[in-house]
Amino acid sequence: MNSEKKYNQRRAPIYEALQQFRQMRVVPFDVPGHKHGRGNPELTAFLGEQCVSIDVNSMKPLDNLCHPVSVIKEAEELAADAFGASHAFLMVGGTTSSVQTMILSTCKRGDKIILPRNVHRSVINALVLCGAIPIYVNPEVDVKLGISLGMKREQVAKAINENPDAVAVLVNNPTYYGICSDLKEIVKMAHNANMYCLVDEAHGTHFYFGDNMPISAMAAGADMASVSMHKSGGSLTQSSLLLTGPNIHQGHVRQIINLTQTTSGSYLLMSSLDISRRNLARRGKEIFAKVIEMADYAREEINAIGGYYAFGRELINNDSIFDFDATKLSVHTRDIGLAGIEVYDLLRDEYDIQIEFGDIGNILAYLSIGDRMQELERLVSALAEIRRRYQKTSKGLLSQEYLPPEVVISPQEAFYAKKKSLPLEESIGCVCSEFIMCYPPGIPILAPGERITNDIIQYIEYAKAKGCSMTGPEDPDILYINVLDTEV
Amino acid sequence: MELWFSEFHAPDVKHSIRINRHLYSQKSNYQQIDIFDTPEFGRVLTLDGNVMLTERDEFIYDEMITHVPMSVHPNIRDVLVIGAGDGGVVKELTRYDTIEQIDLVEMDPLVIEACRIYLPENACRLDDERVHIYYDNALRFIRKRHCAYDLIIVDSTDPFGPSEGYFTREFYGICYNALRDDGIMVNQQGSPFYKQDAEAMQRSHQRIVNTFPISRVYQAHIPTYAAGYWLFGFASKKFHPLDDFDAAAWNKLNLETKYYTTRLHIGSFYLPAFLEKMLEEVE
Repeated sequence: MNSEKKYNQRRAPIYEALQQFRQMRVVPFDVPGHKHGRGNPELTAFLGEQCVSIDVNSMKPLDNLCHPVSVIKEAEELAADAFGASHAFLMVGGTTSSVQTMILSTCKRGDKIILPRNVHRSVINALVLCGAIPIYVNPEVDVKLGISLGMKREQVAKAINENPDAVAVLVNNPTYYGICSDLKEIVKMAHNANMYCLVDEAHGTHFYFGDNMPISAMAAGADMASVSMHKSGGSLTQSSLLLTGPNIHQGHVRQIINLTQTTSGSYLLMSSLDISRRNLARRGKEIFAKVIEMADYAREEINAIGGYYAFGRELINNDSIFDFDATKLSVHTRDIGLAGIEVYDLLRDEYDIQIEFGDIGNILAYLSIGDRMQELERLVSALAEIRRRYQKTSKGLLSQEYLPPEVVISPQEAFYAKKKSLPLEESIGCVCSEFIMCYPPGIPILAPGERITNDIIQYIEYAKAKGCSMTGPEDPDILYINVLDTEV
Repeated sequence: MELWFSEFHAPDVKHSIRINRHLYSQKSNYQQIDIFDTPEFGRVLTLDGNVMLTERDEFIYDEMITHVPMSVHPNIRDVLVIGAGDGGVVKELTRYDTIEQIDLVEMDPLVIEACRIYLPENACRLDDERVHIYYDNALRFIRKRHCAYDLIIVDSTDPFGPSEGYFTREFYGICYNALRDDGIMVNQQGSPFYKQDAEAMQRSHQRIVNTFPISRVYQAHIPTYAAGYWLFGFASKKFHPLDDFDAAAWNKLNLETKYYTTRLHIGSFYLPAFLEKMLEEVE
């Protein structure tokens, strides 16, 4: 691996180049047409002159994201060094683009890929694009909490044995709720079977910097990992990193990225990645120690209210919950008689507190670099008040169950097939040709190519009734659903 | 040489006080604390550059936030005071022999330390044996108490700084829960004059109205606060600030005051038309 001497993590090459560019007072006869903000005074007043003046195009002193040779290349090398990767790609299309690149770089049409069903929509979207066939590993479900857990080693081994021709195993690590799988062992199993191991690590940026964190994808030997720097890393929304290990050809991945990525990469996003990486490399350890301390405190206080269950490391079972990300503040709400989504709505509507998401049985508050104790006290107090004012019996509340999918045809085939629109209740037994999910967390309830069952329709109706924000189908009201026109 | 302390009362309005000497300046974990000696207002305490009190006009605030609830509820024994590290509210409360316990929750120990040294007239009763000082976040302190107090006085800074949490629905809710069935909560409610203050005042009034069955607003004139015009919120589970007001009983106590009188008590609840309208909008 690269020596520490070679890389100075105090540097931020893109940021430095932009600083210098500003001082040069270059006359812009190129795009963007707002010309350092002068052409759009309202936008400049809103975002600030500092900000719009570095919203510039690729040029020699600032490098080019499609084919980095200077400052972007250096920033990527520094990022690779900081994350312990062979290479790091700065991504400007969100972690969605990182995830899609992982799949498009390793899978072709008809290839099999082993993955858990509780993946983010971006994974299945990539399967629609490339035509690979998903082999789902059923995740274990915690019956009390109603959340999908990690992949069990035995289940992964079984999927590999039954599908020796699969090309890759994709792991969702950690899950939105902070659940980690035995990543090191899964990587070993995949490599022994000549498969790549890809990791959707959208919620795990801090694993690379904090102490006593679950193992990161690169440390576990994975081949590729998608890291949402804009989540726990502090960069701007839509910026992300794609990390690769030694078995992955850098040039090939760059080609794949360039298939879909913009040729006008935003320097706001790239510099935010550069500055955030520098911050994490230098101060990550203390930052995440503080986040864990706050999360542990909040868990203790929330559990003291009664009724709520803010879960943590005690869940670890050495397999489907191999490890737990203690920065995540997930709270089970069913025992106070409210669905997670109801608590989520009350927090926002009654208390002006916006949390990350609420599902059927849980809420998740996202804690990060930017949080302070005084706001945590508000959150805990608001939860105490919600219990006092709204507590009900939990009878009649649906527990969230894992609904094992029946994959009938590939997501790509289903997505492009001849289809018809049916009312939800008449669609039972048909093959779905689109996605349905609650967003967030954005994990599909139905994906293209899957059989629609009575259980699934009931679950969708319940989630809608509780106020979950549903997305995916062409019909925005989710009254109708597109299904395959032909009998399958 | 001229030395002036200035504070923005609104983005386009500035209030300035001439300074003799800058006596104290410290940055605590929560805020910037300063104490000035001034020719007109005596010693002046500022937090994050906002005037909290001056020796010259603190009596108005401290009397109005204390004596109004004390003359309505006939049997106040346990009192909780939030903020108030300067000791002014405690000084007024300790004049009542009937009060048995005063819990003071102040997040910033440095405020109390500075006031004990530089504002001894204000902080003089903090050592009364009935006073218990807790250095804690008030939300955390109160949410663990249930039916524990007869009166809660919220003497906070304005809602745009570290006290933001004391103007929220959850805060008023846990205060309600910490009060006995006939308890009263009085809070400083800001000023209704400048736009930003007025909007914040409306929001917090709305939240109190949604939390307590009785919620009235009363006013006082305080020269060093924004527009010189200040409001207090009277929120209560049972007692009405005018219907249950017992002037004779309070006058029998023979407490000497500089601002509060039982006649003014009644008058302070009669509000100007524009303010009545603003409050009605959110009730």
